[in-house]
Amino acid sequence: MIEPKMIIVTLFLAGGSFFLITGSLGVVRFPDTYSRMHAAGKCDTLGLSLMLIGLIVYQGLDLVSVKLAMIILFVFFTGPVAVNAIIRAALNTGHKMWTVEGWKEWKKEREMSR
Amino acid sequence: MIFEIFLYVLLLTTSIVLYRVVRGPSVFDRIIGINAIGTKTIIIIVLISYVFQRPSFLDIALLYAILNFIGSVVVSVYLERGGVTE
Repeated sequence: MIEPKMIIVTLFLAGGSFFLITGSLGVVRFPDTYSRMHAAGKCDTLGLSLMLIGLIVYQGLDLVSVKLAMIILFVFFTGPVAVNAIIRAALNTGHKMWTVEGWKEWKKEREMSR
Repeated sequence: MIFEIFLYVLLLTTSIVLYRVVRGPSVFDRIIGINAIGTKTIIIIVLISYVFQRPSFLDIALLYAILNFIGSVVVSVYLERGGVTE
């Protein structure tokens, strides 16, 4: 016998882990530092919020669920702020962006060196 | 039982991001990877507290969230200005 509450909890947990896996693949596969930050900053916050909301549904109203809600609230504010601080440091120190022209030049140089 | 399955999924996700931390061309890629791993560690600690039935692990998770934020901001300020204090 499967409870209907466990189905909702599993759906929330699966959705959150889907967003976390997508963010990790974005961090590994994107070509640029800024686009990697774009993948990491949003998907992590959304995935953590979804998984902890699923755990709140599993727990019910309790002191423990209030603690989980406090973790969600804190990460919801501070996760994008941390990524924004790293992006500002990368911009102010003159980190290069990914462009199509630079990519074509890199491809041409690689073919010349072969 | 369902929490242990998602615990293994999160460990797999963490090992995917660890590639960018090791191979990252610049230092900012490494900081981004460490920030993402810290966010996943919060969920891992919360799931461990449900697996072992210890509600006091949630305080450690909240503390880890604060440490993750402060660490990322301090390292980015250090890289931007060359020092933490003015």
